[in-house]
Amino acid sequence: MQRNMYIYILVMAAVSYTIRVLPLTLIRKPIRSRFLRSFLYYVPYVTLAVMTFPAMVQATQNPIAGALALVLGIVLAWLGLGLFGVAASCCIFVFILEWVL
Amino acid sequence: MGNTEKNKNGQAYMTGTRDGIPIALGYFAVAFSLGIAARSIGMTPFQGFLASFLNMASAGEHAAFTSIGHHATYLEIALVTLVANARYLLMSCSLSQKFPERIPFYHRLLSGFGVTDELFGICIARPGWLNPFYLYGAFLISAVAWSSGTALGIMMGNLLPARAVSALGVALYGMFLAVIIPPARKSRVVAGLIVLSFLLSYLFGILPGLSSLSAGNRTIILTLLIAGGAAVLFPVNGEPMEDEENAA
Repeated sequence: MQRNMYIYILVMAAVSYTIRVLPLTLIRKPIRSRFLRSFLYYVPYVTLAVMTFPAMVQATQNPIAGALALVLGIVLAWLGLGLFGVAASCCIFVFILEWVL
Repeated sequence: MGNTEKNKNGQAYMTGTRDGIPIALGYFAVAFSLGIAARSIGMTPFQGFLASFLNMASAGEHAAFTSIGHHATYLEIALVTLVANARYLLMSCSLSQKFPERIPFYHRLLSGFGVTDELFGICIARPGWLNPFYLYGAFLISAVAWSSGTALGIMMGNLLPARAVSALGVALYGMFLAVIIPPARKSRVVAGLIVLSFLLSYLFGILPGLSSLSAGNRTIILTLLIAGGAAVLFPVNGEPMEDEENAA
């Protein structure tokens, strides 16, 4: 059976938005539980770290370029370079590396 | 709303736009390849633009597009989207704590659109309360890049050289590093958690059985496990933010 692409898109959009907006609108008071506060404090670091590795190494055509860009990114971020600086350095580095390698 | 407050919001918007540039670049590259997938299921550039603008989710959209390609029912599409995007529930919980209790409700409704991995990352990195205009600035530029990238991918297929796509693809991860590494320098617990997350994420990707998990589900399970364990072993001190000064 042929279904309508716009209804597909609408269903996706409705589900995505509901997931995102429910906690934001339902949790309006500061959370007092020390466990929950600690948990939510750690969530972003863990989530972003899990998503970065090994995905970053797999994102490039040559995994070695991705791995070296990961090391470069960690060093530059450690040294305090901002979001744009670290991201752009990694891109340029991969571009040059894949040229050379 | 006073004049100084307007200025502050405008400034937050500009800062958000600036921080959104690397996100937009990365999104554009990823969206381009998503567009190629959308093209294969017969989406028009306009439909691709719309789907991406309303969803802002790489894994979620990719999973849904694949299912649409298999003529899935609407209910299946809803479930696939739910599973692939469930991690945003956690991020939204975390983000809810960055807004003061009395912030106007429409800011909460609007901010909901901006809960993506990357925008969440840069919002969490802001000191103190989050000014929603910062999120709006970053959201708009990256949403336009994400949606037009998808539309262009549908129109142009494989025109962008693979090496350029490859290089742009690491922009997102470079940005993640810029968010998580500076706090790791200050806190050994955070540094340890990042190393543990890298390790377990790698293991979950190769171990038999576990490797069949989708990337989205792997992220949820590992986040619950690692952040939950850390909250028990290393509870953080300090009271919730009470100061209303940085509020919009």
